[in-house]
Amino acid sequence: MTQPVDPIGPHDIGGHIDRDHGGAVDRAEHDYAHWERLVDAIIYVLRDKDVMNDAAQLRVGIETLGDDAYARMTYYERWAASTAAACINKGIITQTELDAKIDTLMAEKGLTP
Amino acid sequence: MNAGQRYDLGDRVRIDDRREPRHHRTPAFVKGQTGIVTRVCMDQAKPEDVAYFTMNGPRVPVYRIRMMQCDLWPDYTGKPDDTLDIEMHGHWLQPA
Repeated sequence: MTQPVDPIGPHDIGGHIDRDHGGAVDRAEHDYAHWERLVDAIIYVLRDKDVMNDAAQLRVGIETLGDDAYARMTYYERWAASTAAACINKGIITQTELDAKIDTLMAEKGLTP
Repeated sequence: MNAGQRYDLGDRVRIDDRREPRHHRTPAFVKGQTGIVTRVCMDQAKPEDVAYFTMNGPRVPVYRIRMMQCDLWPDYTGKPDDTLDIEMHGHWLQPA
């Protein structure tokens, strides 16, 4: 039995069920929200357009969210954040444009940050 | 790292315990552990390459490795012959 190797990030916690990000597995069935389906669809569009062409590219963006954001976000929120970061890195959109769109949508829905 | 090494069914291999801060597909809980090759799956580009948009890097064999659960978890309470199968890229393996 060798000593366990340290996890490299919040995604790498297999077996560490007592860690902050772990805990018992939620086995409840749930439906997908419409926006979650949209995130999934956008990823397929980006694959068709060769913007992101491998699941590893999505995973990098999730693994580099940082411990706090990773813990705070749900599964598809992480996908959305990673996809947005890839689009910014690839020059499809700018951070300024993304921020402005978020502000517009929140204003339309009467939400505050 | 033995990038060119090929393994056959039944070979015992050890998974590298190197710490790689960038994206890779080797979970911490198998690093440094040994297992037996139960399937030679396919050749694939390295996750460490494609994750950063290097799509023309060398392709490496992917193997299915069978490990003993009681080797992986110090406080394992299941049956002593319980196993775990994991698919690993060849550049993470050493002969054991």
